[in-house]
Amino acid sequence: MSTATTTSAPPRRPRRRRLDASLIVGIALVGVIVIGAILVATVGRNFFSAGNIRDILTGMSVLGFVAIGQTFVILCASLDLSVPYVVSLSSLIAADLMAGNPANIPVAVLAVLVVAALIGLANGLIVTKLRVNGFIATLGTGLIIKGYLDTNYKGTSGEVPWEFQLIGATGVGPVPVSTLIMLAVAVAGAFFLARTRTGNHMFAVGGNEQVARLSGIRTARPLIIAHMLCSITAALAGLLLASRLGVGSPTVGTQGGYDLLSIAAVVLGGTLLLGGRGSIWGTIGGVAIFAVVDNVMSVMQVNPFLKDVVRGIVIVAAVAVYTARVVERRRPRFTGSGSDRAPESVEGGGGIAGGGTGAGNAGIGTPGVERRQEEQA
Amino acid sequence: MSAVTSDSPSFGRRLAGFGRTLISPRGAVFLLLIVLLVAITVLNPSFAEPGQFIRFVQRVAPVAIVAIGQYFVIVGGEFDLSMGSVVTAQVVIAGNLIGQDESKSIPVLLFMLAFGAFIGLVNGLIVTLLKVPSFIVTLGMMLALLGATLYWTGGAATGNPADGFRQIGRGGIRDIPVIEILPWSVVILVVILLVAIWFARRPFGRTIIALGDNPTAASYSGARSWWVKTSTFIISSLSATVAGVLLVGYAGVHPSVGRGYEFTAITAVVLGGVVLGGGRGWVVAAAAGAFALEALFTLLNFAGVPSTYRDAVQGFIIILAVAYAATTFRARRRGSALETSAGAQAEPKEPDAAAASARPAPIPSTQRADNETKGGS
Amino acid sequence: MRRRFTVASAMVGALALMTMAGCTTDPNVGSPTDASAPAAEEEEVEWFDQELFDKQDAERGVTPEGPEGQPWLQHINAEMVDTSQYASAGAKKACFANASISNPWRQTGWITMNQQLQVLQEAGAISEMETRDAQDSDDTQIADIDYFINEGNCDVFIISPNSTAAMTPAVERACDTGKPVVVFDRGVQTDCPVTFIHPIGGFAWGIDTAEFLIDNLDEGSKVVALRILPGVDVLEQRWAAAEKLFDEAGIEAVDYFTGADPTEIKKIISDELAKGDVHGVWMDAGDGAVAAIEAFEDAGVDYPVMTGEDEMSFLRKWEETGLTGLAPVYSNFQWRTPLLAAQMIFAGQEIPKEWVLPQSPITEDERAEFLAANEGMPDGHYAKFGGEDLPGYPQVWQDRVIP
Repeated sequence: MSTATTTSAPPRRPRRRRLDASLIVGIALVGVIVIGAILVATVGRNFFSAGNIRDILTGMSVLGFVAIGQTFVILCASLDLSVPYVVSLSSLIAADLMAGNPANIPVAVLAVLVVAALIGLANGLIVTKLRVNGFIATLGTGLIIKGYLDTNYKGTSGEVPWEFQLIGATGVGPVPVSTLIMLAVAVAGAFFLARTRTGNHMFAVGGNEQVARLSGIRTARPLIIAHMLCSITAALAGLLLASRLGVGSPTVGTQGGYDLLSIAAVVLGGTLLLGGRGSIWGTIGGVAIFAVVDNVMSVMQVNPFLKDVVRGIVIVAAVAVYTARVVERRRPRFTGSGSDRAPESVEGGGGIAGGGTGAGNAGIGTPGVERRQEEQA
Repeated sequence: MSAVTSDSPSFGRRLAGFGRTLISPRGAVFLLLIVLLVAITVLNPSFAEPGQFIRFVQRVAPVAIVAIGQYFVIVGGEFDLSMGSVVTAQVVIAGNLIGQDESKSIPVLLFMLAFGAFIGLVNGLIVTLLKVPSFIVTLGMMLALLGATLYWTGGAATGNPADGFRQIGRGGIRDIPVIEILPWSVVILVVILLVAIWFARRPFGRTIIALGDNPTAASYSGARSWWVKTSTFIISSLSATVAGVLLVGYAGVHPSVGRGYEFTAITAVVLGGVVLGGGRGWVVAAAAGAFALEALFTLLNFAGVPSTYRDAVQGFIIILAVAYAATTFRARRRGSALETSAGAQAEPKEPDAAAASARPAPIPSTQRADNETKGGS
Repeated sequence: MRRRFTVASAMVGALALMTMAGCTTDPNVGSPTDASAPAAEEEEVEWFDQELFDKQDAERGVTPEGPEGQPWLQHINAEMVDTSQYASAGAKKACFANASISNPWRQTGWITMNQQLQVLQEAGAISEMETRDAQDSDDTQIADIDYFINEGNCDVFIISPNSTAAMTPAVERACDTGKPVVVFDRGVQTDCPVTFIHPIGGFAWGIDTAEFLIDNLDEGSKVVALRILPGVDVLEQRWAAAEKLFDEAGIEAVDYFTGADPTEIKKIISDELAKGDVHGVWMDAGDGAVAAIEAFEDAGVDYPVMTGEDEMSFLRKWEETGLTGLAPVYSNFQWRTPLLAAQMIFAGQEIPKEWVLPQSPITEDERAEFLAANEGMPDGHYAKFGGEDLPGYPQVWQDRVIP
């Protein structure tokens, strides 16, 4: 029977496409490294030397923390633009509370995380209860935090004790301790998404909120938790920056442009802006690509204005390559009669309408939800 | 019989209907605007003088024009984050290419418009053909364009161009009774607003809104979605160009002119009740949102609120305004969503034909009562 | 439906109350932080340092020592330090960690520095200068300095710090390598560098400008202060000094942050003019001065007494309008000194530990001379750039190609 033949084909293809999709970012990263190594060699430096690797990994750590949190939020089809201010606020609270005394470190870290969780909670509540779009809600809370920072902090403040500065300064060989911590957080995040119920629910809520609600999921909870996790990881970034700078700074978050760059890294890593599909490791790959590109440009002493041009082009080109590949490989929705490919690719505001990595890390847990998502896509 | 009586509702009823429209999300922005203007006048009575007020309109003009452009993009379901960079680039182009030679004004102006259309075309094509999310494309364009502009000028423009060109933004028709001077900016704004209202009522304009509301249905109905979407980006870049021309006159040439305009535009549009994600909204409301935003800033100036608090107040108002629209609108729609879709407009029919004609006919959309604010809960 | 509306309104109301309260005390942060974070009034006093204020006040009156006509080699009240330990022959490699070139003042200085580099390369003192630009980010600059330490093979570190306290650990690490470290423009909180090059300072700027305005205005006059950003110490010091002097003289001064955006500046001035008369304008940096003056023109009122900066746009507009003004200077020629200091270090010569360069405002009498000397220069150029005797003058600065 024809149904038997058609059903025998699909099971193999989704699995292969899933592998391909999460490999794409890895391949892109390898490609960028190869090109970078060649370019760096032309100015007489070794790309793989300890100092250079250290520079790249250091560049990855802070943005990595922020991007991991941003992944959760974007998976739930929201955005968080308040992260730069949370980063700055965290660095200030940490430095002020520590005040140069190593005994204060645990209290300071705890306070910072609590404050960040509260901010994330506020963001989540505004988005879910007040029904405000994530873009606007976090833009608003970001501005409120900015007003607080501008009013109360006229410059750097506080003092970070030497013991805490070690986190930002030391490394295991060429790998900084901060990068190891960031990777550990990434592992935890990936595990959270794949294995826990709330993590799986994030994919569901991001993919199609109505369907998720009808399936019995409390749609508000994963979203609020996503926002809280995003603010907490931003706080971790702020702690790392406090450790590196030795003081807290009200401008350190905005200096790094962490809001837009983290969103770009997340999208580069394969997560859909409209939510429902994505992976932490893709995000880490995106962050790594940015770090490598920045490093190569600095070593080659590229004019700073041109650096921005290159960054902009890399962002668009990388995402374009990614989405083009995925759309090509989209499996037909209805084989035989009435295959409706064209409209789907238009839908969704230019995002990826289907196919793709799927709940790459959700793996075993949610075939049912994923299928439902694809039907609704 | 009933048809005859419904032709001329009583004056009281019309007033009540008008009042209800005013506090509905559609009209909320106008209410906000009136409240703000009254507050400013209370603090500073000279503001209400026609001469002063027309100067206020003059300085809002660039923001309002940019909001109108962003309206078309947002109602079509996308974002345009590159507007600020387009404004900066155009301002710098005007400064560098015109110099002190007034005869070059017209050719350079034409070049600027062509360049603006080109940028919009590039944005639109990458979004529609390469399927890259508009957030990413316009983010990349923002970085690349600004970097390229600064690289070309070495970071600082040569200086203000000839006075003749600057008159567009700075001068106007003098010796008019009552208001003393009618700035060119105001004239241009009114013209653009009228064109926008007319355009939104045309089939093409309605297709834009339809595309934002339900892309699948729109493309099924035969719209060439790629061209429609691309044209929205061209419109927004052109509006940024016009704003740039006005700003050359008003502010002079400087690389920081236009920074952050995209966020101001998006905020203005959202304040005007346009839903992020597309499909709903009135262009006049978007322009009114721009006025309300500027009125808010002016009010803060007059009230002597310290500079550092302004951002916090701005963030708070934004959240409040959008939450108001979202919660009340949703509350109304929830009750009727289960009834016929055509009758889903629980609000009273607009009493005036003039007011109604500018808005799109109620589109019998799918039951997305919960999914209106895409990217939110 | 009604319940939903009530719930929503209640939440909005609660949010409103919370945020209103947040304007005075932050509901998110618990009491321990309130205790350690200084209150708002203290913050403003924090930038004001009486000792530094007096020191810079005194330095304004001192005649600098050093070669005549070369202010970038002159110094004030210098305490010399012996550099013979660094003396060695041969061309040296310089590594420059630049905070950014994100404003016209820094761009002008960067161009001048590169021309100075050419001279030293021809003289065989410096072989090359590798530069890493931090684009205004503390974190990036720390990484840059670490990269130079690990990979740069540097003979001398030249650092223009992005901020004072945050860059201190990185500068100390650079010092620990044993190579000479030259810091200029903004300082750091360690004196391990061989020399710290800077003009007299922000307090001196504040004193010069405030005294000018006070002399030319009556008591009770209104001055609008246009400030670029909060938290930048070179700028905060200028305002701290000026504010104190305005207070003492009975001048009503109100300050705004503008972000150097001419649109903002125009709006602020227009609003102020709508509220009442504005007699004077004080700026902590000259960027955007033209927009401020034009606001007065648009409103049809008299020009204010104004202090800007030695940026060409302000000087030209000042001459055109004939207003009473002063152009304070944050000597742009300081960008020449670090490389020259490096040359002197490797020659084993004595140099000042804290190299205070002269800083004297351009008055109305001097203005014409500077305008003539810089006639073809772009508006973003700074009159006291000190590069008249460098190769490429005037073409390189006119074309303004960023190296």
